[in-house]
Amino acid sequence: MARQIGDVILDLRNISLSFGGVKALTDISFDVREHEIRAIIGPNGAGKSSMLNVINGVYHPQQGEIIFRGEHRKDMDTHEAAAAGFARTFQNIALFKGMSVLDNLMTGRNLKMKANFMQHALWWGPAKREELEHRKKVEEVIDFLEIEHIRKTPVGRLPYGLQKRVELGRALAAEPQILLLDEPMAGMNVEEKQDMCRFILDVNDQLGTTIVLIEHDMGVVMDISDRVVVLDYGKKIGDGVPDEVKNNPEVIAAYLGTQH
Amino acid sequence: MQFFLEVLIGGLLSGVMYSLVALGFVLIFKASGVFNFAQGAMVYFAALSLVGCMGMGAPLWLAFILAFVIMTLLGIATEKFVLRKMVNQAPIALFMATIGLSFFIEGLAPLLWGNEVRALDIGLVDEPIPWILDNFNMVVSSFDLTAAGLALGLVALLALFFQYTRVGRALRAVADDHQAALSIGIPLQHIWALVWAVAGFVALVAGMLWGSRNGVQFALTFTALKALPVLILGGFTSVPGAIVGGLIIGASEKLAEIYIPPVMAGWFGGNFGGIEGWFPYVMALLFLLVRPEGLFGEKHIDRV
Amino acid sequence: MFYRETGQFKTSYAADQQIFPIRQDRIGVILLLLVAFIVVPLVAGNYWFNAILIPFLIFSLAALGLNILTGYAGQLSLGSAAFMAVGAYAAYNFQVRVEGMPILVSFILAGLTAAGVGILFGLPSLRIKGFYLAVATLAAQFFIVWCLTKFPYLSNNSSSGVISVPGVEMLGFKFDTPQSRYLLVLTIVVVLALLAKNMVRSTTGRAWMAVRDMDVAAEVIGIRLMRTKLLAFAVSSFYCGVAGAMYAFLYLGSVEPDGFSLDLSFKILFMIIVGGVGSVLGSFLGAAFILLLPIFLDISLPALAAALHLPFDGATVSHIQLMIFGALIMFFLIVEPHGLARLWQIGKEKLRLWPFPH
Repeated sequence: MARQIGDVILDLRNISLSFGGVKALTDISFDVREHEIRAIIGPNGAGKSSMLNVINGVYHPQQGEIIFRGEHRKDMDTHEAAAAGFARTFQNIALFKGMSVLDNLMTGRNLKMKANFMQHALWWGPAKREELEHRKKVEEVIDFLEIEHIRKTPVGRLPYGLQKRVELGRALAAEPQILLLDEPMAGMNVEEKQDMCRFILDVNDQLGTTIVLIEHDMGVVMDISDRVVVLDYGKKIGDGVPDEVKNNPEVIAAYLGTQH
Repeated sequence: MQFFLEVLIGGLLSGVMYSLVALGFVLIFKASGVFNFAQGAMVYFAALSLVGCMGMGAPLWLAFILAFVIMTLLGIATEKFVLRKMVNQAPIALFMATIGLSFFIEGLAPLLWGNEVRALDIGLVDEPIPWILDNFNMVVSSFDLTAAGLALGLVALLALFFQYTRVGRALRAVADDHQAALSIGIPLQHIWALVWAVAGFVALVAGMLWGSRNGVQFALTFTALKALPVLILGGFTSVPGAIVGGLIIGASEKLAEIYIPPVMAGWFGGNFGGIEGWFPYVMALLFLLVRPEGLFGEKHIDRV
Repeated sequence: MFYRETGQFKTSYAADQQIFPIRQDRIGVILLLLVAFIVVPLVAGNYWFNAILIPFLIFSLAALGLNILTGYAGQLSLGSAAFMAVGAYAAYNFQVRVEGMPILVSFILAGLTAAGVGILFGLPSLRIKGFYLAVATLAAQFFIVWCLTKFPYLSNNSSSGVISVPGVEMLGFKFDTPQSRYLLVLTIVVVLALLAKNMVRSTTGRAWMAVRDMDVAAEVIGIRLMRTKLLAFAVSSFYCGVAGAMYAFLYLGSVEPDGFSLDLSFKILFMIIVGGVGSVLGSFLGAAFILLLPIFLDISLPALAAALHLPFDGATVSHIQLMIFGALIMFFLIVEPHGLARLWQIGKEKLRLWPFPH
C-alpha cells in the first residue's frame, strides 16, 4: 500500500447496543486509522451492520463512546455524522429509485448546498451558481466510476451491479473523510467485484479516504484491507492485520473454517 | 349523572357498530396487506342489495343470503380485476386504487338499486328498554343494545376463527408474506376469495344494522369513513383492537358532541354543533403522535 | 423528422440544466404561451372562459400544490380542498377588513396563511407515514371546514359561512370581464408554475424526492427530514391557498365552506393520479382531464342513451360519472401509474423517431 497510514481518527470504546432484550453488540472496542482500509468481518448476525449503524448515528449505543478526531461523543445523530464527514452505502441498496443517477449523486452533496428554497424557485444567482458548481464535482465522480452513459437513467431501471456502483458514487459525491461500505460487493459476479475493488482502492489511494468495509469475500478482504476486525455474536474475537487474523484459532473456529 | 351515563352508553353502543365496519378493514388488511378504502362503499352496497332484494319480495333471510352472495362476488371481482393487477406496486398506490374502487361502487350501487332513502326493517325497534327506563331513568335503546350484542358476537367469532382454526392461521400467513405462503402450499386464490367473502359478510351485517337504524342512504359511506379513526386507535391488524377502538371513538364522539358545544357557545357565542364530524379524526391524529401503531397494532420496523 | 435532437449539443452544464433542453420543445412552449396570452382572449367566448379555462387554471394550480406534497415529497394528503378554503377565506378577510389592500398582496397573504395552517397539520408527518398521514389530513379537512362554518368572525358574520367576495381591482383597473379575469389567473398560474418547476429540479426538489423514496437513507446523507417535510407542506398549502383565493375571487364570486369538501380533495387527488404524480406537466394534464370529463359525459351520455333507447336522467348520468371516475383511477394505477405525463413522454419518444419505427 502506497499511502501513509496516519493516526487514529475514529476510536470506538466499549460499545454495547441492544434492541429490547436482544444484545446486538457487547463491549466492542477498536480503532480506525486515517487513510487505512479497515475491514469488519464475521458470520451473519454477528452485528457488523449494527456496528456501522452505530458509527454513523443510525443506532445509538446504550453504552460506550465514539471518539472522532479527538472529540468525545456518546452518540451522534445521522445529520451530525454526515456533517462530520461520514458517508456510507447499505447492504440492501438504499438509492432513491424515483430519481436519475445524476440526481442521486447530486443529493449526496446535499449538505454542501447552502441556497434556500426561494432562491431555488427563482433560479437566481447563488442557487444557479451552486447547482452548476456541484454538478461539476459530481461529474468528476461520474467520470471516476465510469457511469457517464447512464447518468440520466432512473436508478430503478439499472441492473444490480450498476446500482451498487451508483450508491458508491452517491457516497463519494459527499467528499467524505470516512467511507462506510456495507457489503459493497454482495451479489456481484467476478468481473463486477474486480471493478468494485479497483474503485475502492483508487478512492483510498487517490483521495486518501479512510474506508471501513464489511465484506464476506475473504479473498477481497485479505487482499485490500490494512487491518481487520472480527465479530461473532456481537463480540469482538479478532483484531489485527489480515495475516494475524487469518491464523487466529478463534476466528477460524467461528468463521473461516480450517482446511481439511 | 344519569344523562352522562345515557350518552356514554349510547356512544359505546354505536361504537360497537363502528367496530363492525372497522372489522371489514382489518380482515382485508390482515389477509392482503391492502387498506381497502372502499369498505364504506361496500357497506352501502351491501345494505342496498339487502333492501333491494327485500323490495323485490324476498323475506329477510333470503335477501340476506342473496346479498351475501352478491357481496362475495363483488369482492372476488375486485381481487381479480384490480388488486391482482397491482401486486408489485407500493401500498400507497393500492390504497389510491381502493379510493377509485369506492367511487366506482358508490356510482354502481344507486345505479342498480336506485338512490332513494329506504327504510330497512329487520324486526328490531328503536325504543328505550322499559326495564332500564323504569329502574334507572335512563334512555337506552333496545335496538342499540341488540345490535351491539350481535356485533360483539360476530367479532368474538372472528377473533376465535383467526386465532384457532387452520384457515385462520393460513390467512395470517398470507397477510404476512404472500410468497412465503405460496411456497408452503397455501392456495392463495382460495384464501383471498374466503377473505373477501368474510369481509363482505361483515359489511353486510354492518350495513344491515346501520341501515335499519338510520335508513339506507348515501350517508352510510361517511359512517364507514369513521372506521378509519377506529383503526388508528386499535391498530390495523387487530380484531380486538377494532372493538376497543370502536368503543373509544363511539363514546368520545358522543360525549364531545354533547358537552363541548355549550362550552364553546359560552366563549364565542353561536352554535357549535357538528363536532362529531371531526372529533374522531382529531383524536386519532393526537393518538398517532403518541403511539403510531395503535393500541394493539404491530410496530413497524425499518431495516437499513 | 420534425422532432430531432441531432445537432443540438450541450456544451455547458447550464445548457444541460434548462427546463426545455430540446429546441423544438422550447418553440412549442413559446407558441403555447403566445396562444394562451394573445390568441385565446381574442377568440374564445365567455362560456369557455368561465366554465373551462379559468377553473382549469385554478385547479391546475391546486393540483400542482398537491403534487408537490404527495407526488414529490411523498406525503399523502386528503385535505387539499381545506387548504384552498383557508386561502379563500383568508384572502376575503384581508380584502374586506383592511382598507385599500391590493388584491395581489391579499392573495400572497392568503397563501402564507394557508402555508401556516399547512405546517401545523403537517407536524404529524414527522412521526406518521403513509395512509396514517392520510387520515391525519382528513382531520384537517373536516376540522377546517367545520371551523369556517362555525366561527362567524371568519366569514364576516354571515350565516353559515357563505362569503361573497368584492370585485377584483388593481391600480384602478377593474377585472370584471371574463377575458381580464382569465389573463390575471393565467399570469399568476404561469409564474407560480415556473417557480415550482425550478424548485422541483433543484436541491429542494431532490431533497423532497429523497424523503419520498427512502427517508432513512435521506437522513443518513444529512437531509433534515423535519425541515424538508414541513417545507413541502408549506409550499403545497401556499399553492392550494392561492388557488383557493382565486377560486373565490376570480371564478365563483361566492363560496361556502361546504364547497371545499372532501369530495373536492378527492377530485384534486384524482387529478394528480391521472395526470402523473411527481410531474408539473402532469398536474395540468390531470386537471384538464378531470374537469373536461364531466362536461364530456354530460353531453355524450344522453346522446348515447337516446341512441340505445335507454332511460337516462340526471341522476343516472352522475352515477355513471362516479363509476367512470373510479374506473379511470383504477385503470391508470394499474396500467400507467405515472399517468398522462408519462404517456406524453412516451409519445414524444415515438415522435423523435417518427416516421421511423425505431
